Amino acid sequence: MKEEFTLTVYSENVVGLLNQVTTVFTRRHINIESMTASASAIKGIHKFTIVIFTTHEQVEKLVGQIEKRIDVLKAYYFRTNEIVYQEIALYKVPTKSLLDGNEVEQLVRKNGARILELTDEYAIIQKTGHKEETQDLYEKLQPYGLTQFTRSGRVAVNRLKKEPLTTWLKTLTEDRLKVQA
Amino acid sequence: MEAQTFQPVKKEQSTAVNITGAEALMECLVQEGVELMYGYPGGAIMPVYDALYSYSDRLKHVLVRHEQGAVHAAQGYARVTGDVGVCIVTSGPAATNAVTGIADAMIDSTPVVIISGQVGSNLLGTDAFQETDVIGITQPVTKWNYQITKAEDIPWAMAKAFYVARSGRPGPVLIDITKDAQFNKLDFRYQKMQSIRSYQPIPQPDLTKINEASHLINLAKKPLALVGQGVVLANAEKELMEFLEKTGIPAAWTILGLSAMPTDHPLNVGMLGMHGNYGPNVKTNQADLIIGIGMRFDDRVTGNTQKYATNARVIHMEIDPAEINKIIHAEVPILGTVKETLPLLTEKVNKNEHTQWLEEFNACYRIENERLISKELYPEKPELTMGEVVRRVTEAFDDDAIMVTDVGQHQMVATRYFKFKQSRSVVTSGGLGTMGFGLPAAIGAKMGAPDRHVCLFVGDGGFQMTIQELGTIFQEKVPVKIVLLNNNFLGMVRQWQELFFDFRYAQTELINPDFQTIAKGYHIPSIKVTERENLDDAIKTMAESDGPFLLEVVVEKEGNVFPMVPSGASVEDIRLE
Repeated sequence: MKEEFTLTVYSENVVGLLNQVTTVFTRRHINIESMTASASAIKGIHKFTIVIFTTHEQVEKLVGQIEKRIDVLKAYYFRTNEIVYQEIALYKVPTKSLLDGNEVEQLVRKNGARILELTDEYAIIQKTGHKEETQDLYEKLQPYGLTQFTRSGRVAVNRLKKEPLTTWLKTLTEDRLKVQA
Repeated sequence: MEAQTFQPVKKEQSTAVNITGAEALMECLVQEGVELMYGYPGGAIMPVYDALYSYSDRLKHVLVRHEQGAVHAAQGYARVTGDVGVCIVTSGPAATNAVTGIADAMIDSTPVVIISGQVGSNLLGTDAFQETDVIGITQPVTKWNYQITKAEDIPWAMAKAFYVARSGRPGPVLIDITKDAQFNKLDFRYQKMQSIRSYQPIPQPDLTKINEASHLINLAKKPLALVGQGVVLANAEKELMEFLEKTGIPAAWTILGLSAMPTDHPLNVGMLGMHGNYGPNVKTNQADLIIGIGMRFDDRVTGNTQKYATNARVIHMEIDPAEINKIIHAEVPILGTVKETLPLLTEKVNKNEHTQWLEEFNACYRIENERLISKELYPEKPELTMGEVVRRVTEAFDDDAIMVTDVGQHQMVATRYFKFKQSRSVVTSGGLGTMGFGLPAAIGAKMGAPDRHVCLFVGDGGFQMTIQELGTIFQEKVPVKIVLLNNNFLGMVRQWQELFFDFRYAQTELINPDFQTIAKGYHIPSIKVTERENLDDAIKTMAESDGPFLLEVVVEKEGNVFPMVPSGASVEDIRLE
């Protein structure tokens, strides 16, 4: 049965790494629903957060194949209930829509969104949330002359008690000390 | 959270020398113990070849006729020696020509380092002359690849390249070096790489898994060991033998596992897979325990996975964690190198014999022999069979030659009927099935093992895919014995057309040149055999010749390779005819 999985991949920050990771999916004809790549909390290590729909059996294999890449430190997969995650969306609406009544203002308020920039011509609204939530606001803002909409990939933090990568890095350092002693 | 990264302890040479990137590359190769490499010069790699000119006393370079041949030759060298094969090619078309060899090395876990030239770093991405995105192209078919744009990156990148290529599950590494990085100078120091933070080549064995496995082995009534190339790559032939002889478990080999144990060992029950032996295939579904040892359950081995090992529990001993549960679920996975895990297991298991179970394999062999092997080896029909040629050739070399093959029917026949006494005696394209592999791979094999006889079996189709390497054989005087099994067909495809496409021979018949004339052009002596009565003398002449030799044998036109597990069928549905 296919379900949603969120993968977190930790890698060295090297040219072409994104390609190394994405070809693992491409080769198996798996579509990436969303992807975020940025520096992780650990200096020199990059973190990818990738959302895919696939089977549990397949995701285990994918993680193995990703980890096999020399420059990848570790890859983990999580079911949606094992993580806390967010996406961010930006909406551009005409300022006039805010002035012509209080509906847009109500939408911003009710959705926990906020206005980032306001000019004579347009307002930029920001909302964080899950995809359904940002999508919902998108649909609600459309009648008010929405001119631009963009949504980010997912960022996620797992609910585990121990941070797996940090634990792993500690063992690794000991190993390496052993090797060089 | 601050960096938990770890800086390696540096034991650098106290004095650095200021040399060009190209010279640094030569120094790296010398320091890595490279003695021989294969390649082809061109524009973007010329500084490297210029440096090579000064290193010709320390580094032998073999000029091939096509870059694909360079990689296959390096593969042949790597397979027989266990060392890293090295190739040097230029940018653009040269690098793309090398891709087939690289993909072959990847799927067959062969350690090769390929150095490709690249346009100057200022021209990258401009569609410059002979520029291709070699890193992008080779990314999926290399264990690691890297583009060097600065001369000072050459030492560490080369150290990493050799370390990655030869450690863990070996594989090809491509290093792309821009022309300016070859020209520019650097302060050269070299240190071999010992470890990489993000890469664990050999997983630590889990002793609880060893215990679980030994328990299953002690309980098993009908265990079967599947021996793969992992045993050879780990140099664990002795450890394998000790395990098998203590447990008395029958062992079958995969195509790349050939020669990991002697052919005639009583526990060796033959080859697995589509054209393997009858016993190991049908008995797979009767076994109560399957022990995969350094093998990866390729689809040519398993047939239909839903109907594979239906009565067996599975132990999988493997160095690459990504192989565990990839195809066949392993009840007990044992990660690590079999060099280490086999002795741990041998120590735990009970001494045992499986006489009756082994006898079942022997009974299968007698059936296969009567219905098939005897007809192939001692045919009553006038046409020569591939099998009888292979068997006469292996005997002529006292069953102790290195067997190189191309791909197709002759390959399956050679792997079935050639005999082995020592390990690292097989060079064949297993995973990728690369026609054209044989001739250049045989060059590398012979140069890697100059004291052994190297015998190439090649079909008339595959021979013509890399036939230009006869030029390399001539120039380098490589004493390769070439046995051309000529049926004027792309035999394996024709066999499938006969069996599964109603004899519709679409584009499989070849009108061939006179191969002896071609050999003569390269000053390679040859004999053509069309009659059985001339075969033994011709083989003797070939075996006794000092230099390269072409033996062309005209075999039956529409011979089929059996047994055969038809595509998508279960291993137990193997057809004997």
